[in-house]
Amino acid sequence: MSAILIILFFTLLLPAATPEKHLSVYSTAANYTLPLTLVDNRDYVGLLELLEPLGAVTAKADGSRWRIRYNNVLGDFQNSRIRGRIQGRDVELTGRFVLENGRGLVPVSSIPSLLPRFLGGPVTLHEDSHRLFIGSVATHFTALLTSHNPARLVFHFTSPVNPAITNSPGSVRMTFTREPVVAPASPTLTFGNKTIPSANYSENNGAAVITVTATTPVSTAISGDGRTITIAPAAVASQPTAPETPTSKATAPQPGAAATQSLPEIGRRYFVVIDASHGGDDRGEALGPNLAEKDVTLGLARSLKQEIESRGMTTLMLRDSDASIPLDQRATITDASHAAIYVVLHAASSGHGVRVYTALLPYDGDDVGPFRAWSTAQHGALSLSQSAGAAVLAELQKRQIPDRLLAAPLRPLNNITLPAIAVEVAPQGSDVQQLTAPDYQQLVTSAVATAIAAIHDQLGVTR
Amino acid sequence: MISRQLLIASAVLLIAVLGMSVYVWHMRRTAARIPAVAKDTRPLAPPVAGPTEQVTLFVAYDDDGTLRAEGAQIPLPSGRQQRAEELLRALLTIYLDKNSPHVIPPGSDVRSVYLVDPGVAVIDLNSAFADAHRSGVLVEELTVASLIHTVSANIPGVVKVKILVDGQQRDTLAGHASLTNFYDVSAMNALVATLGTPSSVGP
Repeated sequence: MSAILIILFFTLLLPAATPEKHLSVYSTAANYTLPLTLVDNRDYVGLLELLEPLGAVTAKADGSRWRIRYNNVLGDFQNSRIRGRIQGRDVELTGRFVLENGRGLVPVSSIPSLLPRFLGGPVTLHEDSHRLFIGSVATHFTALLTSHNPARLVFHFTSPVNPAITNSPGSVRMTFTREPVVAPASPTLTFGNKTIPSANYSENNGAAVITVTATTPVSTAISGDGRTITIAPAAVASQPTAPETPTSKATAPQPGAAATQSLPEIGRRYFVVIDASHGGDDRGEALGPNLAEKDVTLGLARSLKQEIESRGMTTLMLRDSDASIPLDQRATITDASHAAIYVVLHAASSGHGVRVYTALLPYDGDDVGPFRAWSTAQHGALSLSQSAGAAVLAELQKRQIPDRLLAAPLRPLNNITLPAIAVEVAPQGSDVQQLTAPDYQQLVTSAVATAIAAIHDQLGVTR
Repeated sequence: MISRQLLIASAVLLIAVLGMSVYVWHMRRTAARIPAVAKDTRPLAPPVAGPTEQVTLFVAYDDDGTLRAEGAQIPLPSGRQQRAEELLRALLTIYLDKNSPHVIPPGSDVRSVYLVDPGVAVIDLNSAFADAHRSGVLVEELTVASLIHTVSANIPGVVKVKILVDGQQRDTLAGHASLTNFYDVSAMNALVATLGTPSSVGP
């Protein structure tokens, strides 16, 4: 009898304990959360409430008809009808339109086809996790494990964040509701460290969650105007922060990316830092009507990574998605990596073949005592950079690719303390589409990888 | 009763008005027939007159990605700053020509060149030059090297050069060539020597 009462009690209690569903909306105008309504076993959202924070909007119910005006766009819907009209053109919903107490409700799954008609721009819906991104607002992040003993895990975000942080035995959970944080290439990041072995990214009910597993109590600190979150064992949290030396790399965020990176073990350093130039709002050169330099450099970077790793060397990709990373940050991460060489990739429509560049150091920037000037940080490694450039040139010539070795005032080459080269790839002829051809990309990147392998021992001495 | 004198005066005025109307109509037709002169976006011709001087301009060639020394006879004022400005205007005039070997945007001009002792030159370009400049490591580098070396080769004593756009510092010219620091003239001399040689393997 008592067992039946207990079962009955939990049966009554469970529905009440189900958390209310939310849709989180991220846009340049505002980030906000809306409650969802369950209709016909589907999640519905109020269309007026969805558009209200984004512009001037009015709505009026007239019998079973519901009209909404957003700025100068007029929408017309009928209760229980799947089809509506926006600016006089039909639009089909994924479920029936619901008019409830004067509120017009549409299925959440209809938003990707419905909202662009009102806003005039693209939206991205993470339907399972109820997260809606209007325009290019995503916040990307990288995670680096420092080589300190004990190690610290440092997250760098492309925009300021302020997550809700909960510490529990064995894990730290950071919940991002108001921030448009998006997934890295792989949702599970492993660091091979005993204290902080892994981190996991997930999304649920309008929020992104990063869960860091830790075998000892840890503390969390936010710094860098909210762009940096450091997780360290509680015992070292109060110690002054020394320059961070990443030895394990986690993300280069890539929504929808097929390829994920295997992460190195603790104490194992990267040999080559690969940097796909530009990214995000910085598109680089417009190589063609629909071809941006940032996309070509990303393809080249992935090809180079594959070529280098196939020769038994480890790589750190600074960008493996359409993320915008400031030049200073690229240099800081590279310098802290203590890798053997830095290779940044560019693409160009002018000229023929490949140009290899080393830093053209500026006039100013004298070192002061033990402090190295930021603008001429490359000074000590320049001769080795030139050797690396010459080696790449020799390999390109073996493949009959027109090439040159030049100095260039190209940041962040001058801010890198390790050997650093830039590789600018132009088509061999006049067809700029060759830049996207996998065989041409591989021809160039295999030459770069072979050259680096050839001077492996020479580069390794500097580490 | 209208007086005779008033009638005569009115008639004379009416004839004068009609005559002027015909004349204005004729002038408008004449003006319409004159073809409009196309807007010339090249920089103003050097505002100096008098004897010309032989100078060396370092001209970028996109075809083979080289920088070549070319002699030119241009009128130059006596002031060092004004000489530097006229040198660069002569260089930009070559680039703005329809057969230019290194195209730069229409309306590009040098706002000023400041020579500050000891050995500092500041080249201030207009926004038309930078806003629509072609993007690319080599193409931007050729522009920067061409400007700096033309000044340093013709104006003795310049050891470092800064490039501004509309009087303001910019991060890059068009996404690649850094404009954040002073250029080292000695390092630029070495680069120019390399830029004189085209690619190692022909296309």
